[in-house]
This record gives sequence, structure tokens and C-alpha cells, in this order.
Amino acid sequence: MSDAKPKVAFYWCSSCGGCEESIVDLAEDILKVVAAVDIVFWPVALDFKKKDVEAMPDKSIAVSFINGAIRMSEQEEMAHLLRRKSQLVVAHGACAHLGGIPGLANFWNKSTIFRTAYHTTVSTDNPAGLEPQPKTSLDGHELTLPEFWDTVYPLDAIIDVDYYLPGCAPHRDLILNAVTAILEGKLPPKGAVLAPNKSCCDDCDRNETKPEKMTIKEIKRPYEVLLDPKTCFLAQGVICMGPATRSGCGERCIEGNMPCRGCMGPTDQVYDQGAKFLSAFASILDASEEKDVERLVDSIVDPAGTFYRFSLPSSILKRKKLEAVR
Amino acid sequence: MSQEHFEPKLVGFLCTWCSYTGADLAGTARMMYAPNVRIIRIMCSGRVDPQFVMKAFQEGADGVFISGCHPGDCHYKDGNTKTLRRHRLLSRVLEQFGIERERFRLEWVSASEGTKFRQVCNEFTEQIRTLGPLNFNGNGGGPHERR
Ligand code: SF4
Ligand code: SF4
Ligand code: FES
Repeated sequence: MSDAKPKVAFYWCSSCGGCEESIVDLAEDILKVVAAVDIVFWPVALDFKKKDVEAMPDKSIAVSFINGAIRMSEQEEMAHLLRRKSQLVVAHGACAHLGGIPGLANFWNKSTIFRTAYHTTVSTDNPAGLEPQPKTSLDGHELTLPEFWDTVYPLDAIIDVDYYLPGCAPHRDLILNAVTAILEGKLPPKGAVLAPNKSCCDDCDRNETKPEKMTIKEIKRPYEVLLDPKTCFLAQGVICMGPATRSGCGERCIEGNMPCRGCMGPTDQVYDQGAKFLSAFASILDASEEKDVERLVDSIVDPAGTFYRFSLPSSILKRKKLEAVR
Repeated sequence: MSQEHFEPKLVGFLCTWCSYTGADLAGTARMMYAPNVRIIRIMCSGRVDPQFVMKAFQEGADGVFISGCHPGDCHYKDGNTKTLRRHRLLSRVLEQFGIERERFRLEWVSASEGTKFRQVCNEFTEQIRTLGPLNFNGNGGGPHERR
């Protein structure tokens, strides 16, 4: 292995493993990547340790791809370490970019999550009522665990991030384009989201089936209707986040006859994806009298969780008011 | 801020054609009313992006209200109907964020209703005073608090 090859690191924080899978899914293309770079840290696949990274000179890693949200002290520590050792940091995937699915925990806090996970679920078997503690003494030894926070953060709330690779998980073309751009030094301005700056609807085959004046009389969940495979979901009364979501994902959900859930986050023009969708969606509700509006609005199950499915920790409000969580 | 000395910070988005003119009338008529509302003039109540309302709460508002022309009177035909839909949906979402429904109001005030504008400001101020400060802090609960 020649020293001239750029060094690359991959790390995971609060994530499901899907983003790691997105690298492996590059299939034969991963070999090209592997041939062009020197992977110096990738806990999911290769046996490197934290101390190996600590021993590297600062800025010696060309780029670190970090996936997952930050919700524990250990993830914060690793993010800072990798930032120090890397020239570039890419937030890889929806969770690092926006908070992602783990970010929905921001409607709760540590104690309510622990109560559910360690006490009240039917599958919990915990007669002693134990909960993980940051410090435990056992036979004269002190054992430690990372601190679990009340709040989940996107990566850029913790460290400086150079680029964002959006999606749950990012589409292979986006990853390959990003890697190629980095290797060739053809990068857009810092802070860019490495995907097209247009909406999911712009690239959707169903866009032309949108009626001239879109109105929604009744809101349905995907399982409640037999979904037509060609018609715009909104025109079928099903919530589709396409209008408020960035394209570049390959419209995977829509091709699978499922509406867009918004994993690519907003386009550059929008700050808060959920608020923007709310605004557009409310305006097409087919009701003008207070009672009718309220009936329609109340029929939406979990509107905040639906509109902020992937972006709660990076939204304007970021989390439920802590004091209001019970 | 202690509860006794709590002066509610309120933000009011007023459409220029009806509600802002109504507020102006309250002013020129020298009506006395609670000074707690920071007025933001917009062309139509339909221009209020839900992001504006969230931003107001996040930056420290204890209450936000939108005021537009009465139903049927919007100068852009149905801007206020859209506002009604957005208000009801946004109220539900804000509630999920722990922001009580009472903190986000929708009112119709016409250009001749200076008295109604005064009444809305007074009522809303007293209502929020009873409810107490919001103190929204979306950044809490993580490493920022440790430092
Ligand atoms: S709303 Fe959804 S289904 Fe309709 S055009 Fe947009 S992305 Fe396609
Ligand atoms: S259709 Fe929507 S939810 Fe599905 S992958 Fe694309 S952006 Fe993500
Ligand atoms: S102009 Fe007043 S609500 Fe539209």
C-alpha cells in the first residue's frame, strides 16, 4: 500500500447500520474505491481501535465519513477525535445529516425512554429494575458506560461538517459521485449537500398525474387504501413528503408504491422541512369552515412525527420542550 | 424571570389590509392596551410561513398570533382560508413540541375594528400571563449543558 493514497475513515454513531451497508452495496465499485484509497478506520469491517486513530497525526485522514446521529457522550468524543484527525468530514446519511429516525426520540427524554426500554415493554425481563449507569462498581473495579443524553443531535451540532451525503441510506450514485469528487478535488463549496437541489416531485414519474388544482377531501394512511401505482400519492389522499424533499434518492419508495417519507431532507431554499411540508399540505386540504378543517386536521395520526420523520433534531424547534415530556 | 414579574413577550403577524389598519386605528384613536405585542406587518395572513411562528417561539416568544381579514374579505381571495388550515394543523404540531395551543392564536380583525384589536391584545396578554413563560430551549438535554 503506497503512502500516497488518500486515507479514509468510516465511523458510525447512532444509526441502524444501513449506511455501512450502503458502502458495502457499492458492490464491484467498492473495489475501485478500495484501490484508490487507504481505509484506516472502519470498525464495522476492519479491526482498528480508537487508540490507532489517536496515534495518527492531526489532519492525516483525507476524509472521514461519519454516519448516525449523536446521542451519547462516546459518539461525541469519537466525532471530535475524527474531526481533529481529518481534513474533511462528511455527514453520511440522514441521521448524521438531520438526526434521522433516532432523532424522533426528541419527542421524549432519557427517563421516558429508559422507562419504556428497561421497564414497561412486554418483552422486558428486568425483575431487579436495573438501568444502565455511567459508572458501576463491581468487585472493586469501576465500570463505565457512555452517558445517554435527553436529546439527539445531528452531526453538525457537535462538530464542523464539510459536506452532507443525504438519504436513508444514501443512494450509491451519490456516494460514488462524492468519493470521485473528493479524489479528484472537484468539490462544491463547503457546507453543500451532495445531491441535486430540486424536489422529489421534480423527478417523480407521477408528477404529471397531479390534478391542476390539488385538493384533499380525506386523509388516508398507505395501508388503508389500495394504492394506484401510477397516480400521485397526494392526489390519492395519502401524505407524500415529495414536495418538501430533495431529490437524488432514485425515488426508491415511490417505485415501490410507497409515498416519500422525506429522508433526503429539504432543498437548499428551505430551512425546516416539516414546517414547509405542513404549509403546503394544509393549503390543499379541501375544507374552509372551522369544523371541517378541524375534522380533517384531527384525522392525521401523529402529524409532527410524520412531517419530521427524519429531520426533527435539525428543525427550528429541534425537540419537544424538555419540561413538557412526561 | 420570576413568575410575579413576568411580562409576556408576544409576536403578532398582522395583514396589512385589514388587521394592521385596525391596529393603526387603535393607535390613532389613542386607545390604551397591553404593550406586550411586537407587531410584524405582512401583506396577507396567508404569507405567514409556519417557519416564522416556530422561529418566534424558538427565539423566546411566549405567545404568537396571526391576524387577518374576516373570512371572505381577504384581499387575495382565500389567503386567510389557507391561514385557517395552517393554523389548526400547526397548533396540533406545536402541541406535540410541548407548546400549548393557547400560545398560538388566530384572529380576524377588520380595518374598522380598532376596539377588537385592543381587546385581542389585552386578552392574549392576560391569558399568557396566567400560563407563564414558555422558555423554549430546543438545545437542552445534551453536551451543551455540561459545559
Ligand atoms: S407528491 Fe409524491 S407522488 Fe406526488 S409527484 Fe410528488 S413525489 Fe411524486
Ligand atoms: S422517496 Fe423519499 S423517503 Fe424514499 S428514499 Fe427517496 S427521499 Fe427517501
Ligand atoms: S389580506 Fe388580510 S388576510 Fe389576506
